[in-house]
Amino acid sequence: MNHDSYPDADIRGILNSVKTIAVVGVSTNTVRPSYFVFKYLSERGYRMIPVNPGQAGKELLGQKIYARLSDIPEPIDMVDVFRASEHALGVVQEAIALDPRPKVVWMQLTVRNDEAARLAEANGIKVVMNRCPKIEYGRLSSEIAWMGVNTRTISAKKASLPARGIQRLSLDRATLAGGTTDAATEAQSKAGNLSH
Amino acid sequence: MTDGTDRTPGFATLAIHAGAQPDPTTGARATPIYQTTSFVFEDVDHAASLFGLQTFGNIYSRIGNPTNAVLEERVAALEGGTAGLATGSGHAAQVLAFHCLMQPGDEFVASKKLYGGSINQFNHAFKNFGWNVRWADPDDISSFERAITPKTKAIFTETIANPGGVICDIAAISAVAKKAHVPLIVDNTLATPYLWQPIKQGADVVIHSMTKFLGGHGNSIAGMIVDAGTFDWSRDERYPMLSKPRPEYHGIVFHETFGNFAFAVACRALALRDLGPALSPFNAFLILTGIETLPLRIQRHCDNALAVAQWLKAHNKIAWVSYPGLADDKYHALARKYVPKGAGSVFTFGLKGGFDAGVKLVSNVKLFSHLANIGDTRSLIIHPASTTHRQLSDEQKVASGAGPDVVRLSIGIEDKHDIIADLEDALA
Repeated sequence: MNHDSYPDADIRGILNSVKTIAVVGVSTNTVRPSYFVFKYLSERGYRMIPVNPGQAGKELLGQKIYARLSDIPEPIDMVDVFRASEHALGVVQEAIALDPRPKVVWMQLTVRNDEAARLAEANGIKVVMNRCPKIEYGRLSSEIAWMGVNTRTISAKKASLPARGIQRLSLDRATLAGGTTDAATEAQSKAGNLSH
Repeated sequence: MTDGTDRTPGFATLAIHAGAQPDPTTGARATPIYQTTSFVFEDVDHAASLFGLQTFGNIYSRIGNPTNAVLEERVAALEGGTAGLATGSGHAAQVLAFHCLMQPGDEFVASKKLYGGSINQFNHAFKNFGWNVRWADPDDISSFERAITPKTKAIFTETIANPGGVICDIAAISAVAKKAHVPLIVDNTLATPYLWQPIKQGADVVIHSMTKFLGGHGNSIAGMIVDAGTFDWSRDERYPMLSKPRPEYHGIVFHETFGNFAFAVACRALALRDLGPALSPFNAFLILTGIETLPLRIQRHCDNALAVAQWLKAHNKIAWVSYPGLADDKYHALARKYVPKGAGSVFTFGLKGGFDAGVKLVSNVKLFSHLANIGDTRSLIIHPASTTHRQLSDEQKVASGAGPDVVRLSIGIEDKHDIIADLEDALA
């Protein structure tokens, strides 16, 4: 499995299919990136479940915070890992122990652990590393282009309008790859990876 | 999941399609002109998310506008950058970019071979902000190194310098910037990304006056900042706008939050929001329309320019021609390295008759327009010493290639024999 680059169709497929996402290591501080991701994906219709042992029992945007994945009393489709690369293996071990198992383990930007990825994949779990699901949602829907960001996609197809909201764009649309950037290539090589 | 990567489209495809999908509401295929100051919110939560930069979207056209956003993504894609920010002019783009890097008392190093307007901006307006320029010579790369001090926050240069036809060795200057751990800002106005993508040689920020070749039709003033996404703003504490919690946004750290497009977001949220030189969406539409034909136009500009330069070179009233596309030009080797498709269409030449002959020429031409712009479909002519570079000292005029005998041309995309015939008649 190549984890340096992911075809847009694969990322789009994941974000279009998962419904419940547990965010491990989410912060309750409203200016932290993990809070941004949690709030944005909540607003985009995902059921978001916060996981942070230091904040367990409290609430984040109306959702109870759990100490660990095994405490969550419902099935989850995806685990979003906001922990340093060296902790990703432990999170994957917890995810594998769940019944049913999540379909996807997603490690955030700068988080990469190839050993954890191999273990997850050997247990039938898809893995994305060193990416942010908020950025990828924004990029593949083109919402992120409101901020002038290069989505690296092009399309002559009109996106379908989401049922509600303003300035929301659909993730369910057909695109071709747009131009590449040196930064995207460089970011892939910079992610921390203990097993490299 | 499949292995392999997505196919990358070519430059001409991106020039037409990047950033512009059919309008999601109406299906309009051309990019609509969103001529509105403001955008309604879904509810107070949506408003709070927008103001807190927690979600993507439009609030007020001083900060962002959907027409401008298409242009921003378009130019970012053509340059190979992560994000763009459209501004009211190229000068505005420079103010906003430096605002995110500089504090009073800081320094930056700039090539002394620059557009005269930039030399003025750096020497006067920027000095009033306490942003101090130190000049270096692009023909002597070590002069950049020597100009760097602990206060240096950036290096600034042009790819092809206006007006002298100087080709800057961007890779060499980038090496100096990387060694000093400062971002390299490159004005790519004269080359455009069709000829040259300086991010490939290590530029960290690219600036455009889109007024020139990107718009290309001489109808709109506009600027652009492109973030390459390559600079590490958090390596040390020298870029607090990027690496420190910002009180303007309740403590957001821009680099940590926005990663490899943090500089573009900072230029928008910390500089454009508070300083205000936003681009009109109508002008953004005109520039976008111009960019769709950029590859066709720029190749024609270059082909015409080379023909005119060769013709001038052989003329008995011409002392010299400074066009890097000419085989014996000082910068020809660099031109072949960096701009093999053509050396642009702005260049200078010297008249044996000096100042008076220059005045006579600009008075006699009938097809060339005598005005202070470049990068128009029309061929343009000017005598820099008496116009664009007038405010510079005599020493600065010569240093920037605008001595008294110098005439600058911006060759248009008319039929080349008509362009040459006009010069021939006017020189007679």
